[in-house]
Amino acid sequence: MKSIILKTATEYLLPILLLFSIFILLRGHYYPGGGFVGGLIASIAFVLHSFTHGVNNTLKLLPVHPSGLIPFGLAISAASMFLPLLSGKPVMTGLWVEQPIPVIGSIGTALFFDIGVYFLVIGVVLTILFSIFQYSD
Amino acid sequence: MLFAVLAGFFVSIFIIPFGKYLKKTKYTPLATLLPLSLFIYFAAHIPAISNGNVFGSHYAWVPSIGINFDFQLDGLSLLFSLLITGIGTLVFLYAAGYMKGHPYLDRFFAYLSMFMAAMLGVVLSDNILLLFIFWELTSISSFFLIGFNNESAESRRSSLIALVITGGGGFLLMVGLVLAGYITGTYSIQEMIHSNEALKQHTLYGLILLLVFAGAFTKSAQFPFHFWLPGAMKAPTPVSAYLHSATMVKAGVYLLARLFPVLGGTELWTIPLVIAGGITMLYGAFYSIFRTDLKEILAYSTISALGILVFLAGIGTKEALIALPVFVLVHALYKAALFLITGVIDHETGTRNISLLSGLRKVMMPLAIAGTLAAFSSAGIPLTFGFIGKDLVYEATLHADNLPYILTAVALFTNIFLVAAGFLAGIKPFSGQLPDSLSSVHLPHGFMWVPPLLLSVSGVIFGCFPALPGASILQPATQSMIAGADSTLKIWHGFNTVLLLSAVTIVCGTLLYFIKKPVRPAGSIGLALPERVFTLSARLLQHLSTWYTNTLHNGFLRSYLLRIIVFSVLLLAYRVINSGPIEISLAKISTISIYEIVVAGILIAAIYMTVTSSSRLTAVVGTSVIGYCICLMFVFYSAPDLAMTQFTIDTLTLVLFVFVLFRLPPFLNFANNKVRIRDGIVAASFGILIALVALQAMQQPIDTEISKFYAENAYKLAHGKNVVNVILVDFRGFDTMFEIVVLSVAALGVFSLINLRLKSSEKE
Repeated sequence: MKSIILKTATEYLLPILLLFSIFILLRGHYYPGGGFVGGLIASIAFVLHSFTHGVNNTLKLLPVHPSGLIPFGLAISAASMFLPLLSGKPVMTGLWVEQPIPVIGSIGTALFFDIGVYFLVIGVVLTILFSIFQYSD
Repeated sequence: MLFAVLAGFFVSIFIIPFGKYLKKTKYTPLATLLPLSLFIYFAAHIPAISNGNVFGSHYAWVPSIGINFDFQLDGLSLLFSLLITGIGTLVFLYAAGYMKGHPYLDRFFAYLSMFMAAMLGVVLSDNILLLFIFWELTSISSFFLIGFNNESAESRRSSLIALVITGGGGFLLMVGLVLAGYITGTYSIQEMIHSNEALKQHTLYGLILLLVFAGAFTKSAQFPFHFWLPGAMKAPTPVSAYLHSATMVKAGVYLLARLFPVLGGTELWTIPLVIAGGITMLYGAFYSIFRTDLKEILAYSTISALGILVFLAGIGTKEALIALPVFVLVHALYKAALFLITGVIDHETGTRNISLLSGLRKVMMPLAIAGTLAAFSSAGIPLTFGFIGKDLVYEATLHADNLPYILTAVALFTNIFLVAAGFLAGIKPFSGQLPDSLSSVHLPHGFMWVPPLLLSVSGVIFGCFPALPGASILQPATQSMIAGADSTLKIWHGFNTVLLLSAVTIVCGTLLYFIKKPVRPAGSIGLALPERVFTLSARLLQHLSTWYTNTLHNGFLRSYLLRIIVFSVLLLAYRVINSGPIEISLAKISTISIYEIVVAGILIAAIYMTVTSSSRLTAVVGTSVIGYCICLMFVFYSAPDLAMTQFTIDTLTLVLFVFVLFRLPPFLNFANNKVRIRDGIVAASFGILIALVALQAMQQPIDTEISKFYAENAYKLAHGKNVVNVILVDFRGFDTMFEIVVLSVAALGVFSLINLRLKSSEKE
């Protein structure tokens, strides 16, 4: 799409949407939100960018190809699952830091699990969509 | 003992990285160290076992379902272990010479080691399910070994047939073993022996016997499951000598012997085994002399010998069970020797056709000696071990409880043919004139003629001094099956019926050998009938699956969807109608507000637009609008997480659809009115049914315990106020983990499918 209005708007919208997605991710434990929705919003941001600038330019923005985000997210989630084993507790016990941090709230394994889900959802959605976009070109 | 059994597996795994050293000729004999060391290990137990001791070893594996590494070394398992490792040593050595220079030599030894370990596991297992696991492992390693010449289509076909038959039998065996374990309450064979009366009285006894026999008959090539064995002769000769004569095919016989104290001794045991064994032994022996390929003669005579063993297990008297281990040893010794000799002949002359082979004693004297001695042992000539074996067989049939004369006659005829077959395989190639075509044949490397010579000479030594194996190995073996059997083996029992029978056998067999010319009989239809049935049923199965796939999996998404929905409608309707009168009470429906009516109106309009539009794009946008309306419904009923997720997914799916649709041709109207009406009826019935189910569900008392638990504990236990999210990442975190794995698999699928496409279009 060659609309210059959309193109300029996207350049501002992209970082705002990404910040918003991280906001949704981090507030998930206390208010509506969470890893899934956060990941979806972030992917929408990138998809919007790819409409106006083309898939290749969007891919240049990402440090790694989206299919690389999938194992990254899975690894974070799996690590948060197996971390309690180190202190002798069963798999997937929730471990929490005692003091909650002012803005984010309590830090614990569940938060990292959610972060893993976030990256994974971005990876999955972008892999599927970009594969199809590139096939259409 | 666990390590002794698993050693073969470890070796075969080690061969993966280090195999290339094995291929260098000077290192190949090193592989023999494995069976040799195991042979020495087991032989060290001979003195203790012959005194009646029994060794056990127990290692827990899956205690919750009763599968453990329980091993037991008693007389019967010692006999088989010594056979497996002893003949294994000789076969490994032989293979070092026979398969020299073969590019897949490392794989060969890996498969052989794996097989040896699996077979040891079968004979040493006390736990019946562990026995089954090793049983199937022998089938699998046999599959690889038969199909070793993987370039040949015939080899591959034979290995597949062998796997299907032994695997099918193995499956039935498993059912039988599990049933037996269920009835007796234990999977340990030793403990099952204590409850054998309960087992034999049980109503399922006949079924268990049937299933166990199915497993034993398929593995030991009894009629009508025998036809995989001649096909297995496509394997390299060391494999034929090891698996398909001395060890693997005896696994079925071992199973029958091992389970005799548990299941045997009744009429239901005796009659099928005697009939099957009897038919097999006659059949195999009769057809063996009409074959011209040396290996086929040996294959059919092996089938016959296995028939004799099953026959003996069926008779089940003390004499029969004394004869059984003796005959196992006798047959293993001479048959392995004959196979190895055949292999050398094949290797050196390039042919296995008897009509072309003669006079080889002039160029391969040690082999001629070995062949003659082995043939004498198979014929039961006095002073060979085979003589003692045959004597014991006749003694068993003469002292059988029922029909001794018929059984003896069957054994007599079988043995006559076997005499001739043994002479054909062991003496004919070496006697007579040496034709010019074979005059350049020479004696091969020692690795290839020493093993068969050793085996056949052992046959003579044991024949002259039968007490050697008798007291130490064979008597404890019999005692594993029947306690208190005294089986001292003697060469000479005096002039009696048994001696007369042996004499008749030898004389008639020799006459038969001299009279007969090797010719295929005209009536070979009976020969091929079980095989033809098998191939026909395999072909039928293929046709059936092709028809099924083409009809039900025709590639059209709409027909899949239709079938799934129709099936669920039928299933649901059946359930709804059956679970009592349908009550519809609208009292519990919450009040409807104006927002919901408006949104519902937009929803219905969007549905109408989707179904009736002629532009694909409009249809897709319509479905998205439907999605957004449902989103709003979620918002009205306070499910913000759900609504947000649905909203974003809807948007992304819309984007996805648009890009996919770009590639398709412009909208073609496939549906005519009849199809539309049909689809409409199906959709409407599905919708009505779901609505009915939902209304019904409202009548049921709702259990709010779970939601109360989550609501109360979300903050206390999981430090979170958003119950939905807490459930997702904490309480039900495992489910989420699997969901994201599924998502990644889906992404990988899309990625690989599309990029494969791209590559192929680049090629064009």
